[in-house]
Amino acid sequence: MRFIHSGSTRRRAAFAALATSAALVLSACGGGAATEGGGAGADGEQTITFIPKQLNNPYTDVVLGGGEDGATEAGFASSEVVGPLDASASSQVSFINAETQRGTNVIVIAANDPDAVGPALEEARTAGAKIVAFDSDTNPDYRDLFVSQVNAKDVALIQLELISKQIGGEGEIAILSATANATNQNEWIKFMEEELAANPEYADIKLVAKVYGDDDDTKSFQEAQGLLQAYPNLKGIISPTTVGIAATARYLSTSEYKGKVALTGLGLPNEMRPFVEDGTVTEFALWDPAQLGYVAAFAGKALADGSITGEVGDTFEAGELGEREVAEGGIVLVGPPTVFTKENIGDYDF
Amino acid sequence: MSDPSRSRTAVDPDQGPPDPPAKGKRMAAPGTRTSEEKSTRRPAAGKADTTRVLAVPKGRTGAARILLGRDAIMIYVLVVVVLYASLVIPRFASPVTVGFLLLDVIPTLLIALPMTLVIISGEIDLSVASIAGLTSALMGVLWQGGMPIALVLVICVLAGLVAGAFNGVLIAYLGLPSLAVTIGTLALFRGLALVVIGDNAVANFPPGLTSFFTSKIGGTGIPTVMVGVVVLIVAFAVVLHFTPFGRGLFALGYSKEAATFVGIDVARSKFLLYLATGTVSAFAGIYWTLRYSSARSDNASGLELAVIAAVLLGGVSIFGGKGSIPGVLAGVLLIGTINYALKLDRVSEVVLIIVTGSLLILSVVAPNIAAAVQRARHARQVRAAPLP
Amino acid sequence: MSLDGTVGAAPAHPTAPHSRPSALANLLRLRELPVILALVVLVAVTAALNPLFLSEQGIKDLLLNATILMILAVGQTLVIITRNIDLSVGSILGLVAFGTGSIFVAAPNLPIIAVFVLGMLFGAVLGALNGLLITIAKVPALVITLGTLYIFRGVNNAWAGGTQYFAGDRPEAFGNLSVDTVLGFPVITLIAVVVVAIVAVYMLGTRPGRDLYAIGSDPDAARLFGIPVTRRVLLAFVVNGLLAGLAGVLYASRFNSVGATTGSGLELDVVAAAVVGGVAIFGGSGTVVGAAIGALLLTTITSALTALRVDKFWQQAIVGILILAAVVIDRLASVRAARKLRMLEARNV
Repeated sequence: MRFIHSGSTRRRAAFAALATSAALVLSACGGGAATEGGGAGADGEQTITFIPKQLNNPYTDVVLGGGEDGATEAGFASSEVVGPLDASASSQVSFINAETQRGTNVIVIAANDPDAVGPALEEARTAGAKIVAFDSDTNPDYRDLFVSQVNAKDVALIQLELISKQIGGEGEIAILSATANATNQNEWIKFMEEELAANPEYADIKLVAKVYGDDDDTKSFQEAQGLLQAYPNLKGIISPTTVGIAATARYLSTSEYKGKVALTGLGLPNEMRPFVEDGTVTEFALWDPAQLGYVAAFAGKALADGSITGEVGDTFEAGELGEREVAEGGIVLVGPPTVFTKENIGDYDF
Repeated sequence: MSDPSRSRTAVDPDQGPPDPPAKGKRMAAPGTRTSEEKSTRRPAAGKADTTRVLAVPKGRTGAARILLGRDAIMIYVLVVVVLYASLVIPRFASPVTVGFLLLDVIPTLLIALPMTLVIISGEIDLSVASIAGLTSALMGVLWQGGMPIALVLVICVLAGLVAGAFNGVLIAYLGLPSLAVTIGTLALFRGLALVVIGDNAVANFPPGLTSFFTSKIGGTGIPTVMVGVVVLIVAFAVVLHFTPFGRGLFALGYSKEAATFVGIDVARSKFLLYLATGTVSAFAGIYWTLRYSSARSDNASGLELAVIAAVLLGGVSIFGGKGSIPGVLAGVLLIGTINYALKLDRVSEVVLIIVTGSLLILSVVAPNIAAAVQRARHARQVRAAPLP
Repeated sequence: MSLDGTVGAAPAHPTAPHSRPSALANLLRLRELPVILALVVLVAVTAALNPLFLSEQGIKDLLLNATILMILAVGQTLVIITRNIDLSVGSILGLVAFGTGSIFVAAPNLPIIAVFVLGMLFGAVLGALNGLLITIAKVPALVITLGTLYIFRGVNNAWAGGTQYFAGDRPEAFGNLSVDTVLGFPVITLIAVVVVAIVAVYMLGTRPGRDLYAIGSDPDAARLFGIPVTRRVLLAFVVNGLLAGLAGVLYASRFNSVGATTGSGLELDVVAAAVVGGVAIFGGSGTVVGAAIGALLLTTITSALTALRVDKFWQQAIVGILILAAVVIDRLASVRAARKLRMLEARNV
C-alpha cells in the first residue's frame, strides 16, 4: 500500500522542499538587496569598507564607530562594515574577495593573520583598491599603510611601567595575550621582553610565562586561573588585550588573589570600571579606539585621491585630529595611550 | 559480534526467538527512527526470508524518476538561486564570482565526496577537519625544517592516510561506533596538530606553489586546482554509482545483515572508506595551507559540521542507504553560492548561518511533513470509502 | 554495557527475563569505575607534584570549572540515552546567557530566583523546539540539532550584535553565587550537584526515567510495549533545554561577559563528557552520575595540565585519547555482558 503512494508523496514533498527553500533564499537575498546603498566604485564616488578581526566585539565596535565618522567626514560616498563572526585566520579572505569584486576603492582591515589575507589583498590591489591596515598589521608587502594606535614600543613600555609600580619593582610577572599569532600583541610582547632584559630598573622583575586566551572570555578566564596555580609566587599579570584583562580581572575579583596579585594592561574603561572601583585593578592603559578608525578612514581617502602613496614622509589631514605623517615602515601613529585610574575613569565613555 | 550496534539489545536477534520489532536494522546514527524509514527498509532487511517481494516497483521509472528525484530538486534549487543572484546582485554574474566562489568551496567539496560514501554506508566521520588541520600543521613544520616541498606533500598525504586508517581500524575492525570514535579523533588529531606546530604559523611556502593554488584557467575564472577536484568528483561518482563496491555501500547502509548475506565484506568496505576520508581530508588540508599560505593548527576547524550540513542538504540520508554524488555537489554549491552571494551583497554573516540552519532542517522536515499530510489524506479516503 | 539499560528496559524486553538486578548493579558500578579511577589518579598525581592544586582556592576552581559542563552533560545524557543527540546546547547556553544579561539590565530589581526561572524556561522552550521538530516531523536529531545549532547562534548574533553585558551590569549577589562557598562548595556547584542528584533519582526510580532507557535500547519494542515514545523523547529534549538554560544563567553568574559568541563550540565538549562518563552513544545505557564525573574529569585535566606546567598543547590530544579509551572500555564491557547473557539463555533453552 505504502509504495503505491510513495511516488506522488515524494514528488509533492520535493516540490514543497523546493518552494520553501527557494522562498527562504529569495527573501534572504531580497532583504540584502534592499539594504544596498549607493553604487560602489562609480565615477568619482569613492567607497570604503572596514573588515575588522571579527564582528560583535565591543572594542571593535568603538573602532568602527570612529571609522564611520571619519569616512563621512573625509567624503566617502559610502562606508560599509563586513566581517566574519569568528576571528580565524582564513575567515576574512572571502570578504576581501567579495569587496574586490564590488570594486571597493579602499579596504581597511585588521588582520587576523598577517599572511593568510595576503594573496586576497594582492588581488584587491591589482583590481585598483587601496589597502589600509589598522589595529593589527598585515605583512607590509600586502598593504599601503598601517594605522597604528600608538608607537608599539610606547605601548609596551607604559604597561611595564604600570606593572613595575604596582608590584614594587620586583617579583614574577606573566603575560596573558590574545591569540598567539596576533601581530600587534607579539610586537608589544617582544618590546617588553627586550626592555626587561635591558633596563636595570627591571632587573628584579622576572617574566615567567606567556599564555594565550584567544580573546575568548572563558578561555582567558581559565588561563588566568591556571597562571596563578602554576606560579604561586606570581606578583602581577599584564594583559595587553581588552578581553583578556577583563576576564582576568573577573577571576581575580572572585578569588582569594584579589588585591594580592596586580593586574594591568590594555582595557576598555566601561568594561574595567567595576574592577577599578572594587580595587582589583589600580591602573591600566588604552588609546582612544575611535580615533584609530577615524584616522584610518582619512588615510584611505588620501590614498584613494592619490594625494599620498604611503611613502615615508607623506602627510595628510585627519579631520579634527590634524596632520599625520607616514613614518618608517609605512606606519601612521594615532596618539599617545591614556592611563586610566580610579580618579579619571569616570571621564571616559567607551 | 561483528556488528557493534547489535549489542545494544540484550538479546541478539539472530540468536533469540523471532521477534519482529527487534528484527529491524539497528540504528546507524542517533536519532529517532521514523516508521517510514523502517517500513521502506524492512522488505530488504529482516524479512528477506518471507514471501514478500524484495524490490517493489516504485511509482516512477526512467526519466521521470531522474527528473523528479531528490538530487534533481537540489539541482533546480541551485539553478534558481544562481539565476536569482545573477539578476538581483550586481556583478554576481561574472567569471570572478566563479573563481572566488569555487576557491571558497573546494575544501568542503573535497571532503564531502568521501563523506557522502561514509554516510551512505551508515557511518559518520567527524574527524575530517582535524585531519586537515593536522596535515596543515605537519606541512608547516616539515617545510620550515628544510624538507623539499615534494617530500613534504607526500608525507602529508601519508599522514592523512594513517589518520584515516586509525579511524578505520577502530570502526571497521573493532566495531566501535563511528560517531563516538570520530568525536574522539576530532579532539585527538586537532590536539596532535597543536603538539606538532604549537602556536606558530608558517607562511613562507614557495610563491610559485601558492600562486598556483589561487591561479585561474585563462579567463574562465575557474581555479586551476578544480581540474584535480573534478577528477576526484568523477572518480567518487563512478565508484559510488557504477561499481559493485559502490552498490555494496548502499546495501550496507540499508541493512548490514543483508549486505553480509549478499557477500559484501563489511569491515573491508568500511576500512577503505575511512582511508578515503583520511586521504581526501589531507588534500583539503594541503589546499587550505597553500591557498591561504598559512600553516596553523587551527586551520579548517569547524569544517566538519559545514561538510555534514552540505552533504545532508544534498539529499544523503543520515541513516545511510540513500544519496548521490550529484545531489551532494548541488548541496555544497548551493551553500557556497548563497554564502558568496550574501557576502557580495554585504549581508551579515548572521543571515548566512540562519539560512544554512533553516535549509538543513527544511530539507529533512519538508519531505516528512508532506508524507504525513499524504498519509493523513489517504487515511481519510480509506475511512470514507464504503465498505464492500 | 547495555545492561544498566536493561535494568530500565527489562519490562520492554520479554526476551530477556534472566537479567538479575544484583549482578547488573555490579556491572553498573564497573561502568563508572574507570572514570572515577582516572579522576582519582589524576588529582593525586597532580596534587603530589603541585600542592597548590588542592589548596582551598584550587579545589574551588576545580569545582567551578566543572559546574557548567556537568549540568550540560546531565541534560545531554538524557537525550543520548533515548538514542538521540543534541548538538545545539552550546547555542542554547549562549542565548540564555545573553538573555540573562539583558534581563538584569532591563529589570535590575527582579529577584534572582525569577531570573533563574526565566532562563530555565527560555532554555526549555528552545529544547522543546528541537524536541517537537524531531518527534513530530520524525527526523533525525543529529540533523535537526545541527540546524538549530546554526539558527540559535544566528539569532544570538542578530539579537546581541556587538552588545556585551559585563559582570558589573549584574547584581553583586548574583555574581557572588560563583564566589561564595557553603562547606567549601561554591554555591553554583551545589546547584549542579542537586541537579545531578534529582535527575539520577528520576532516571532510576521513576517510570518515565526508566522508559528513556527502554526507548534507547529498542525504540520499536518500547513502542510495542506501550511506552509513549514521542512524549518521553520530547520530555528528554525539554529537560535538556531546561538544564542548558540553567547552565546559561550560571555562566552569566560566573564569567565576565555574555554576548554573541558565548558558549560556541561547547557541544562537542558536552558530548565528549557524556561519552567519557560511560554513556553509550547509541542509547539505552549510561548514567547521569557517570556523565557528571566525565565532565569533572575533562575539566580537571585542563586544570591539572596547567598546574603541572605541562605543555598545554597536549591537552586536547589527551582528551581525544580519553574519549577513545572510554569507547573501547564500553565495547569490552558490552561484549562481556552479551556473552554472559547468551550463556544464560543457552542454559535456559
